[in-house]
Amino acid sequence: MLELKTPSDFEKIDEILKECEYKKTNLITILQKVQAIYRYLPQEAIEYIGNKIDGLSPATVWGVATFYAQFSLEPKGKYEIKVCDGTACHVRGSMPVLEAIKNKLPMEKGKMTTSDGLFSVETVSCLGACSLAPAVVINGKVYPKMTPDAVLIIIDTLMKENE
Amino acid sequence: MTDKETMFIDNIEVEIKGEKTVLEVAKNAGIEIPTFCYRPDLTQFGACRMCVVEQEGRGIQASCTMPPKAGMKIFTNTKKVRNIRKTILELLLAHHDRECTTCSKSGMCELQKYSFEYGITDIPYVKMKEEEKLKVDSSSVSIVRDMNKCILCGACVRACSEFQGIGVLGFSERGSHTHVQPMAGKPLKDVDCVNCGQCASVCPTGALTIKDDTEKAFDLIYDPNVKTVVQIAPSVRVALGEMFGLKAGDNSIKKIYAAARKIGFDLIFDTNFSADLTIMEEANEFVERLTKGENLPLFTSCCPAWVRYMEINHPDMLNHLSSCKSPQGMLSPLMKELVPQYYEGYTKENIKVVSIMPCTAKKFEAKREQLKNETDVVLTTVEFAKMIRAKGINFDKLEGEEANSPFGQYSGGGTIFGASGGVAEAALRTAYNMATGENLPNLDVMPLRGVDGASRSKEATVDIKGKQVKIRVVSTLKEAEIAVREVKSGKADFQLLEVMACPGGCINGGGQPTACHDVNIKNERAQGLYTEDKNLPVRNCHENPDIIRVYKEFLEKPASKKSHELLHTTYSKVPLKELV
Repeated sequence: MLELKTPSDFEKIDEILKECEYKKTNLITILQKVQAIYRYLPQEAIEYIGNKIDGLSPATVWGVATFYAQFSLEPKGKYEIKVCDGTACHVRGSMPVLEAIKNKLPMEKGKMTTSDGLFSVETVSCLGACSLAPAVVINGKVYPKMTPDAVLIIIDTLMKENE
Repeated sequence: MTDKETMFIDNIEVEIKGEKTVLEVAKNAGIEIPTFCYRPDLTQFGACRMCVVEQEGRGIQASCTMPPKAGMKIFTNTKKVRNIRKTILELLLAHHDRECTTCSKSGMCELQKYSFEYGITDIPYVKMKEEEKLKVDSSSVSIVRDMNKCILCGACVRACSEFQGIGVLGFSERGSHTHVQPMAGKPLKDVDCVNCGQCASVCPTGALTIKDDTEKAFDLIYDPNVKTVVQIAPSVRVALGEMFGLKAGDNSIKKIYAAARKIGFDLIFDTNFSADLTIMEEANEFVERLTKGENLPLFTSCCPAWVRYMEINHPDMLNHLSSCKSPQGMLSPLMKELVPQYYEGYTKENIKVVSIMPCTAKKFEAKREQLKNETDVVLTTVEFAKMIRAKGINFDKLEGEEANSPFGQYSGGGTIFGASGGVAEAALRTAYNMATGENLPNLDVMPLRGVDGASRSKEATVDIKGKQVKIRVVSTLKEAEIAVREVKSGKADFQLLEVMACPGGCINGGGQPTACHDVNIKNERAQGLYTEDKNLPVRNCHENPDIIRVYKEFLEKPASKKSHELLHTTYSKVPLKELV
């Protein structure tokens, strides 16, 4: 797991804060940028940001980070798999796709990331790609009209690339 | 026709006098509307919906966020409104730990009160299961957090950030998972909480309560080997009576002495005496610093929440804090030292000090490494009232009694310590005398008085021997932070900064009966103190005969070796876990 301990780690956050002018109205942007570095929001980062910005506190930043589904408090995998479970994808069979992925990638109870840190899996509400239902997005790339078999081939390919 | 704007509430024509919400117009017209989240000193939140009313032509709306308009017709108690309020109560209670008998807010809980008033006898939802209950956080020495009783009104979240600018508490997650907690659910003792207790003061339920130490006090009283000595803080006298049907601001100190004696405390002293003593030491320190031009401005140090705030947030500026202990901190060791000289059977070891404070942070102060074994138990005003009731004492029928000597007398300067501005005013009276040998021509320093929302930062300039001395008085740590930043940036033009963390000062402390529903209560309590100040034979701390005697017989003079040993302290950022 990536940890935020050394002063140089905080320097990176300082740069982001400076870029965003230490403004509390820019908090979401700041959190997105920090998450882009660490693939999640380390607790130390939340505390640091809460203490650095006037009018915010660690507890309020924590509140924002836990409110939005886009923020993760645990590290995400190298490959972030998002299975769309909006209405259209759901009726077109997104759940069997998700089941297939979960069977292929066993994870500890309550966790969304594989223990090797390679994959994380989550459902999202609607990607706006209903004509391609059921849709899966892996690291920003959209895979249309997924079936359980098709998604397993994609995962196998990604696994091979990382051997 | 006048240009007065009026509206109708329950068919009564009422004037709109600049109120921002219908709820306030109704309140000022003597019509109470039930609410959990509306707190006049905090921003409007509109979360609980308990204050719904019916507007003719518009239907049901929350009155706490509805601006009043001329000609508006509002009904506060229609059948429809009543049914909605009942449903709201049922829904709030559906996910509420309803163990009222063992709840420390019992009898003072607004949820309990409204449930009774609205006749809620049956909740049509499944009761919270034992295994669903969240762990109670009792890590703090001052405050207990039981989130099984939270109704998400957000008052504590607003109090912590709007009064203190700290924001220890925040909402976490969302929807049905929403809950209030310190960052990442840490225990209160591990975050930057300063123990002011304002969160508990504004909490309508038992979610945030004050740690109950009454049992510890009873244990001391019932212990035959212990001599109990009690001290009572200035602002307790103008608030405790409210719990027994007296008006806010009614000074019941003589009854309090009598009640304390009836409860079984062996000796009764008044913290007002040591407030006088604090002023002697602090005014001396102020005059010294003014003369030398060192460590100015001087920051007062009687508010333990403020001291803690400085230690956490501005450890580089601790040199500005007065080295004087608070009045509680001064009186306890002094009593342990001096009482054995005056009373038989008392030794330094067998004396245990219990203090009655308007304050939750005093519980924390007593546990500070630097002040260990001085004050043994700290009780809040509310806890003390509970002891009076438990002992079956009929408070309003009590005959007044006197405190014990040698610390029985106090000056008006000591009494006004309880209101924001009072410490600075008393210090100014004595500092003026120390610097000039004469008394301040007008003892009432009016610009430093006032405890309402607009008076959270006030200033006065006084001419001392041709030298202009400027004093800044702030209440709430949010205002204190502004002042500290001015000092840091070199922009500060004042020489003395008085800080009280609670809005309006100790009269509105976290340990007082809550004053969060009515802004006037603060004024009335402060007025009670200023009235006592006006009527006391001695108004200057340096003229209190007991103070003069204690210096003559024991302490010699302010800042002597003896007074440094007993009355002064040091500051440091001590990790909280070492204190508990």
